[in-house]
Amino acid sequence: MTLNEMKTGETGVIFSVGGDGELRCRLLDMGLIPKTKVMIRKIAPLGDPLELFLRGYELTIRLEDARKIEVRISS
Amino acid sequence: MILALAGNQNSGKTTLFNQLTGSNQHAGNFPGVTVDSKIGEIKGHKGIKVVDLPGIYSIRPYSNEEILTRDFLLNENPDGIINIVDATNIERNLYLTLQLLEMNIPMVLALNMMDEVRNNSGTIDINGMSESLGIPVLPISASKNEGIEELVAKITEISEKKRRPKRIDFCKGAMHRCIHAITHLIEDHALIAGISPRFAATKLIENDPAITELLKINDNEKDMVEHSVSEMENELGMDRNAALADMRYAFIEGVCAVTVVKPHESKEHIRSVKIDNILTNKYLAIPVFLCIMLLVFWLTFGLIGAFLSDMFSSLIDGAASAVDVFLADYGLNPIVHSLVIDGVFAGVGSVLGFLPIIVTLFFFLSILEDSGYMARVAFVMDKALRKIGLSGRSFVPMLIGFGCSVPAIMATRTLSSERDRKMTIFLTPFMSCSAKLPIYAVFTAAFFRSHKALVMISLYIFGMLIGIISGLVMSRTKYKGKPVPFVMELPNYRIPSAKSVLLLMWDKARDFLTRAFTVIFFAAIIIWFLQSFDLQFNFVEDSSQSLLSKVGTFIAPVFKPLGFNDWMASTSLITGFIAKETVISTLAVLTGSGTESLGAVLGTIFTVPSAISFLVFTLLYTPCVAAIAAVKRELNSGFRAAVFAFTQCAIAWAVSFIVYNVIRFMI
Repeated sequence: MTLNEMKTGETGVIFSVGGDGELRCRLLDMGLIPKTKVMIRKIAPLGDPLELFLRGYELTIRLEDARKIEVRISS
Repeated sequence: MILALAGNQNSGKTTLFNQLTGSNQHAGNFPGVTVDSKIGEIKGHKGIKVVDLPGIYSIRPYSNEEILTRDFLLNENPDGIINIVDATNIERNLYLTLQLLEMNIPMVLALNMMDEVRNNSGTIDINGMSESLGIPVLPISASKNEGIEELVAKITEISEKKRRPKRIDFCKGAMHRCIHAITHLIEDHALIAGISPRFAATKLIENDPAITELLKINDNEKDMVEHSVSEMENELGMDRNAALADMRYAFIEGVCAVTVVKPHESKEHIRSVKIDNILTNKYLAIPVFLCIMLLVFWLTFGLIGAFLSDMFSSLIDGAASAVDVFLADYGLNPIVHSLVIDGVFAGVGSVLGFLPIIVTLFFFLSILEDSGYMARVAFVMDKALRKIGLSGRSFVPMLIGFGCSVPAIMATRTLSSERDRKMTIFLTPFMSCSAKLPIYAVFTAAFFRSHKALVMISLYIFGMLIGIISGLVMSRTKYKGKPVPFVMELPNYRIPSAKSVLLLMWDKARDFLTRAFTVIFFAAIIIWFLQSFDLQFNFVEDSSQSLLSKVGTFIAPVFKPLGFNDWMASTSLITGFIAKETVISTLAVLTGSGTESLGAVLGTIFTVPSAISFLVFTLLYTPCVAAIAAVKRELNSGFRAAVFAFTQCAIAWAVSFIVYNVIRFMI
């Protein structure tokens, strides 16, 4: 499944990061790389973007970008 | 000696810079970029300069901030780098550190917010980390001014002795072979170009076109580089970018595993999550945000700012009348006398009246920014601005535009992308500023007595509408391209440091004053000249004889299609360029009526459709000279500012033309 399909409060492990160019490099640089644990903290009041929790800090990305990140749900 | 200060956003970099330099700082002047960077001399260390590089997370050739950082480190040959990292968020912060190390410049790691780590019973093995990274590591607390002297002593020592990082190698396996093969291949090129070979190799793997060009490698070598990279990609089963990120984070995780004892969850983080339960709550976020902004507006424009502004204005008026009396007694030539009083004092004075408002507004804005709330606003409002190709970050500057375009344009400095910044600057003036309110008030009282509020609100909404349409057009034409990805950190809430807030206020005040006495000063004198002389350059008492009225008469036909072919109307629009309020005072002077009876006189100049057309024109046409001066500063180009002013006028004309004709046919 992809990151945008996860529910609020769920934790998953990144499997792959898609996208290309600048966006992809940004995601990788911010620590969204395979094997990283990510939790969905919250969805913005207007329904987009997402607030993620990873590596001990909060990051926000848009739903359309989250769609490019493959995750596996851990319990 | 020149030192560079580099680090992530929200790592406390600005706070450290302020601690290092005090108020002894000025804007850095780097050709061709509008990125905010400052230079200052370290307090008590004469001759040691430090450059505050923009806050970035990685050295990529994408944003101007990153390019500036890369080019500064490559071309300006700083003697040393102070790399500040947030110790509470160390993994992601060290990512930039590894890239800086590759540049092989003497460097010190400043572990900021160590007090916070310790308070949460976490520890960092300073010596162990220093050993692993091959550079000195010093714990500091920038906000509490702890460890700063030691930091300065260390960085000056290793910079003087040119002690470079002990290791720049963080790779293993296939990546190791790839990087070393390429380093070996291009070493000569890199040394000729004056770039660290290791850094050059990584940049070649990343495909940074600027570095490829600098190295002047031939096609054969290019093929060999590509061959190495694809071999590595095949072996690792990852593409180059993922492989590099993976290598860096793997190394960092290794270092942190043995040197960092993380607290379970820090108090500050728990507090932040709790605050966000309210501030970014599904239902409360937007109402709370609106309340905060209303409060800021009320305090700025209603209470503190207005009070200070009035005080400031009466001070200037007092000074003006004192000078007036003195000059009259002295028997100064009446023309020079008029220049001083009607030109300089009236012109610059009216603009200076803004100063307290700007300073007050930036007081609140810097608190909102430094506390971490602005990032939340961007998070909450992002979707609303997405449609016009902007991100949530642009929301606050535009909102400030309803108060005054000048601080709004100055506030775009916090936007991280130049494209977003330009677009936001362009759209901000469509948010009707408070100085236009008197114009609306007089006109609505004269023409729409029974629908005053409705007409005023319609004007505000109409301005926003034109802004949205302009944004849509811009994001589909000139600013097409891909918007900058919205990947933003939401830092922990922190209490802003008083020093940073005060320095920012001072900075903005100084910025505004510089403009008040340059661009605005000259504009005021030109308007005074036009107002005071006739075609034969005789000094005139009756302003209807002045050059200005001749210019007004000359350009009046331009407004004929808009319904007001009248020299007084066009003249008032010209003086409105100094400050929007003067549109009304000019009309009052030219019609020979007081401000009170102006309403009745306006009926003889305007019809209802042409009054609406005039209001729409004042709503949309070029913002005042102070705002244009701010645009010039932020876009770093007088030409662009002039194009900006002209475009706004053209849009205003076209829209007023349509509105006038539509209304004429409706009535």
